[in-house]
Amino acid sequence: MTSLADQLLVLCLLLNFAVLGTSRLAVSVRAVALQGVVLGVLPTLVHPFSWHLVLIVVSIVVAKGAVIPMLIMRAIRKADIEREFQPFIGYIPSLLLGALFTALAFIFAARLPLAPEHEGLLFVPASIATLMCGFLVLMGRRKAISQVIGYLLMENGIFIFGLLLADAMPLMVEAGALLDLLVGIFVMGIVINHISREFSSLDTSRLSALREE
Amino acid sequence: MLFEILRDPAALVIAALVVAALSGVPGLLLRRAPLGQRLAACLAVAASLLALPALTRMLLAGERARYLIDWSLPFGVCEIALDPLSLFFLLPIFLVFPAGAVYACGYWPAARHRASEPSVTFFYGLLCAAMGLVVVARNGALFLVAWEVMALAGYFLLVTEHEHDEVRSAGTVYLIASHVGAAALILLFSQLRIVSGGFLFPATGSLHLAAASSTLIFLAALTGFGSKAGLMPLHIWLPSAHANAPSHVSALLSGVMLKMGIYGLLRVLSFFPERPLWWGALLAAAGLASALMGIGIASAQKDIKRLLAYSSIENLGIIAAGIGVALVGESTGNPRLAYLGLAGALFHVLNHSLFKPLLFFGAGSVMHATGSRELDRMGGLASRMPWSALFSLAGAVAICGLPPFNGFASEFLLYLGFFGEARAAEPYVALGAPLLALVGGVALLSFVKLLGSAFLGAPRSSQAGAAHESPPSMLAPMALLAGLCLVGGLFPRLFLALAAPVFPTLAPLSLRFTELPFRPPWFTLAGCGVLALAAALFWYLRRRSAALPVVSGPTWGCGYLRPTPRMQYTASSFGAMFGSLAAPLIRTRIKKSALTGVAPEAGRLSYQPEETLLYRVILPAFSVAGIGFSFLRRLQQGQVQFYILYIFATLLLLMLWVR
Repeated sequence: MTSLADQLLVLCLLLNFAVLGTSRLAVSVRAVALQGVVLGVLPTLVHPFSWHLVLIVVSIVVAKGAVIPMLIMRAIRKADIEREFQPFIGYIPSLLLGALFTALAFIFAARLPLAPEHEGLLFVPASIATLMCGFLVLMGRRKAISQVIGYLLMENGIFIFGLLLADAMPLMVEAGALLDLLVGIFVMGIVINHISREFSSLDTSRLSALREE
Repeated sequence: MLFEILRDPAALVIAALVVAALSGVPGLLLRRAPLGQRLAACLAVAASLLALPALTRMLLAGERARYLIDWSLPFGVCEIALDPLSLFFLLPIFLVFPAGAVYACGYWPAARHRASEPSVTFFYGLLCAAMGLVVVARNGALFLVAWEVMALAGYFLLVTEHEHDEVRSAGTVYLIASHVGAAALILLFSQLRIVSGGFLFPATGSLHLAAASSTLIFLAALTGFGSKAGLMPLHIWLPSAHANAPSHVSALLSGVMLKMGIYGLLRVLSFFPERPLWWGALLAAAGLASALMGIGIASAQKDIKRLLAYSSIENLGIIAAGIGVALVGESTGNPRLAYLGLAGALFHVLNHSLFKPLLFFGAGSVMHATGSRELDRMGGLASRMPWSALFSLAGAVAICGLPPFNGFASEFLLYLGFFGEARAAEPYVALGAPLLALVGGVALLSFVKLLGSAFLGAPRSSQAGAAHESPPSMLAPMALLAGLCLVGGLFPRLFLALAAPVFPTLAPLSLRFTELPFRPPWFTLAGCGVLALAAALFWYLRRRSAALPVVSGPTWGCGYLRPTPRMQYTASSFGAMFGSLAAPLIRTRIKKSALTGVAPEAGRLSYQPEETLLYRVILPAFSVAGIGFSFLRRLQQGQVQFYILYIFATLLLLMLWVR
């Protein structure tokens, strides 16, 4: 079964590049949603069946694959924007940096002092690579919606790492993390609405009025 | 169960601290603010009624208590304990806190300060409880947490009137100074952890260290606690902070919070079984210097609360000098000096926490009535607010160290200590006596100026003319404190009995000195005699002035045709002579427009006393440091993306590091 899991993780890595390489926000959102669904299915492959697991899988697929993307898509429609213009880091450099960070993640993961049963798995490098791609999106893009997508990528990276521990992870912790994410998205949604109303644009680089001169 | 707790005085003290911490909470929730404030005052009084008898009982019976708190933080065992030193410093907290809470009902009524009153009341209780926790904490980490809560609660109280620029800048200076002090304390506790292996405080007299390590600990304690106690030159935050806070807050800050610095210093000193001679000498010299400079600067002030704040520096200096002298006595094997120094210092701690709040309450009443802090705009208040004037007079007499009030008793002990050294082989310590006398003289000058220009003469402004007496809720705390000042002056043995259990902790040698060098009954008798003499003189003068016709008219204005009451002898002119002697310490900056021609236009003149040390040395040094650190501003871009870049770079570095 681990070979199927590895293939799914490779799919996740490829989806990272899809997010990094596109200027169309809708595509990024769908890519992240697909990544969420793939990750939601993953636990069933690596852990034995239990009702606890079913609950986690269903809630994750619903939250990451349906609810959160729907919220973001609605925000995109409301704010009437399609594309990310003039990112701080261009799309080609983003892709190159993404490739570099993914390679670095593999090197780094090989040197981590992991438990013997986790060595040689793709989980750790995939987790670190996704985390770094999330960072890259956060750093490189201007639009508030892109920022939300960056946070979602980062959360997915953390989730992959958590998969190693899904047995030990109590339901409450999982539910708490999901709730956190939902609240975060809501807050960002409110922020997005306010930015677009105040500045008639969603450019976060304009949010520098409060810095100390 | 409950009955058991009620019989345990230590539990009562802890319960009182909890009540104090929560006293402001109902006010935050209640819709009707006046009710919340009154409830808070009742809770404060209840807390102190719970605590004070228990504290006295534990002190006199020599009881101790310790509790271990189960906490999961990685700082070792969390212990709180009540030993005589803690109990002694809890006394001023529970004396001033209820007085201030009751005073606030009249001074800062919820009806008039609707927006700020709930938060002031809440932080007032929190400050009291945090100070209590500072005193009982026996774990370095817990101590720092409590210390920080105390500092921040003080900050929020201080910036109550944050709509004024002056208040905000005073708050900023306070915050910076208190964090510089906290940095020194963090150094102190980390060093203690290194040498003792944990954050738990070492037991009394159990720390045997190499000279370098103990010197580091002492200097860190002197910096951290000295800046809280306002020892010169670490006092820069103190005058503006105490001047700009509401008066009942100034009373708590000045009367109690400064003592937390003294407490910390004493606590750290108690860890060491033997202290080098130079510690005591340094502390005594710093104390005397800050007493002299503090009162010298106070004498030039024209702001009533700033004057009181500088006089706090003076009093804390006297306390530090007393402790220093006791340390000198301890390390030279002189029980008499050790006893008199420590007794004088501890007695003065108690005294200052009685008369300084009293004076701040008096200043608050004056401000409440006239709406101004400037002495040069007051005048003639004694006939309009006689009770406030009487209580302020009591406080002023006490703070000047004049009989029959308590300030005299504590300074008398210090004088005895100093004079006792005059016949020693190396009578350096005796030099303290003339210095202390000079301090007392300048204090007298400052407070004659304060009382004279605020309460006597004719009103210098229309507000002063329309002044009214304060409500009973403000007068009652003042009466209580004034009464306690008198009790302390007439029966010094009562207060000394409270201080006596602390001696074994700090200066074991002083126990060998058992007999007071004066007879307490005679002391009481002489005090009563002075009081009777003053009363007789007062009645005689009053009868004489009643018999003679009283003529009131304008001040002679050098032939000027339209004299006003403001041409009276002002507070500034009263202090001008000494001000010229103290010119190196403080200079008055005069701003005036040039008058030219035969018939010049209307001109303006304003003057502001400025502290030389602050404006010539410390502020320029800060601005140089600011230029040095300006490169940090470039990192502060204001764009989210850059901050994420910083986080990312840190993360990468850490990953490389781990690898």
